[in-house]
Amino acid sequence: MNSEESLKIDIQNLNFFYKTKQVLKNINLQMAEKKVTALMGPSGCGKTTLLRCLNLMHELIEETRAEGTVNLYPQKVNLLSDEMDPLWVRQRIGMVFQKPNPFPKSMYENVAYGLRLRGLKNKTELESRVEKALNQAGLWKEVSDRIHQPAFSLSGGQQQRLCIARALAVEPEVLLLDEPTSALDPISTAHIEEQLSEIKKHVTVIMVTHNLHQAARCSDETVFMLNGEVIEKGRSQKLFTNPQDQRTENYITGRFG
Amino acid sequence: MNLSTNSLGSSVKFRHFLSFIFKILSLLGLLLGLIVLLVLIGDLIRRGGDRLSIDFFTNFASRKADRAGILAAWVGTLWVMLITAVLTIVVGVSAAIYLEEYAPKNRATRLIELNILNLAAMPSILYGLLALGLFVHQMKLGSSLLTAGMTLSLLVLPVVIVASREALRSLPFTLKEASYALGATQFQTLVYHQIPAALSGIMTGVILALSRAIGETAPLITIGALTYIAFLPQSLMDSFTVLPIQLFNWLSRPQEEFHANAAAAGLVLLFLTFLLNGVAILIRIKARKNIKW
Repeated sequence: MNSEESLKIDIQNLNFFYKTKQVLKNINLQMAEKKVTALMGPSGCGKTTLLRCLNLMHELIEETRAEGTVNLYPQKVNLLSDEMDPLWVRQRIGMVFQKPNPFPKSMYENVAYGLRLRGLKNKTELESRVEKALNQAGLWKEVSDRIHQPAFSLSGGQQQRLCIARALAVEPEVLLLDEPTSALDPISTAHIEEQLSEIKKHVTVIMVTHNLHQAARCSDETVFMLNGEVIEKGRSQKLFTNPQDQRTENYITGRFG
Repeated sequence: MNLSTNSLGSSVKFRHFLSFIFKILSLLGLLLGLIVLLVLIGDLIRRGGDRLSIDFFTNFASRKADRAGILAAWVGTLWVMLITAVLTIVVGVSAAIYLEEYAPKNRATRLIELNILNLAAMPSILYGLLALGLFVHQMKLGSSLLTAGMTLSLLVLPVVIVASREALRSLPFTLKEASYALGATQFQTLVYHQIPAALSGIMTGVILALSRAIGETAPLITIGALTYIAFLPQSLMDSFTVLPIQLFNWLSRPQEEFHANAAAAGLVLLFLTFLLNGVAILIRIKARKNIKW
């Protein structure tokens, strides 16, 4: 992280357990504001778990335990402290999942839902915010004339962009993307990647990806994880061209994973 | 194994034959059920169809078969079913939501679940005995509409609880996940997403439950429902009779004329069952319209 970048998320000594199994081992990471950070690594390395810890989604699953500190800036509050309200966290840190998961309602209702949860009722304001979010996700032009139709009438790629719009509508500070394009075709993937450069002007993005090329293309910084540990973190260009750790090199040259 | 063309050929033929036989068997199963039902309805119409007239619906029971009607019975049945439906849906769905969403998954919860399944299989007369002791004597509610509604509701609650839980459980986890990730509370997630999405499954359980309740006679006789009544209930605490009891009463008389009345009452009971189910199915269709997977 450069000096002119401001700190958004500071993870210190994060350990995560599922039942008795330790999934994350002593993670220390800093993420810069309004940048795209990619978490990369083979299946089961803990990158999705790390992502879910950031907006406390792990609390939905029984017998999980997260220890350590995750500070959110500028508020400088520890997201993992016992007093922390998950609602407060999830209002500020949005998430998009691996498989598109729109609600079985209209596109409009999908995007407006987060706003309605917070008690926004004014119709004109709802409409303008829905339009803004759909624009940010690059979907507005395609659906503006049919936003009251069911979300499931969209293609898979459009559904995923709808989910991105749904997360952006509440103007989060951080957007977590969990392999957002792994269920999509190359063209839909390109659409979403294009949109990322637009989205990161307003929001800090942390993205889990399997795809090395995606990490190289879209992210400012890349974190390489293996077996629940952070192996290496650096500027994406540097990490991909000149990795410092042998294991990172093995992974990006395709020797395993 | 010999996989030459010939042996393969005969085995394909044999497998097609098995497949065909199974299709016929399942068709026969369907026809058997359907034919018995049609014969039953036909028989009721043949024996009681003539008795169906406006007078039959607007007259109270009488000692003279040709002047006897089912006014008290059909009004009583509607009242009892209304009370049963309201109680069952409110209590049953709440219980299902608690068990499925809030209850800790431990031994006590599993024991309760197991016992709900057992309750569903309990003979209805035992519910009548329980209601006689608890509602009629202890709570001093008497042989009233309210007692009847509560008794039948108790009887069919397990069906609604089990069906509602299944409906909630079959929803994809991603639905909950998506809602929570946007900062929704558990209550908001239930009200906005889970209950609407599970509603059609819940209504299926309600249909089954009400169909069972409408035909119940034994528990209502146990709590002291009247067989002859010459007024309409004015409040929840009034005594009542229902169609199955009227039907049973007429059937147990020696005169042929009353048997015709019983057949006609049976037709009305069937019609009411279809009507109640129709309402529930309408609700189900409406629920499905709002949810577009």
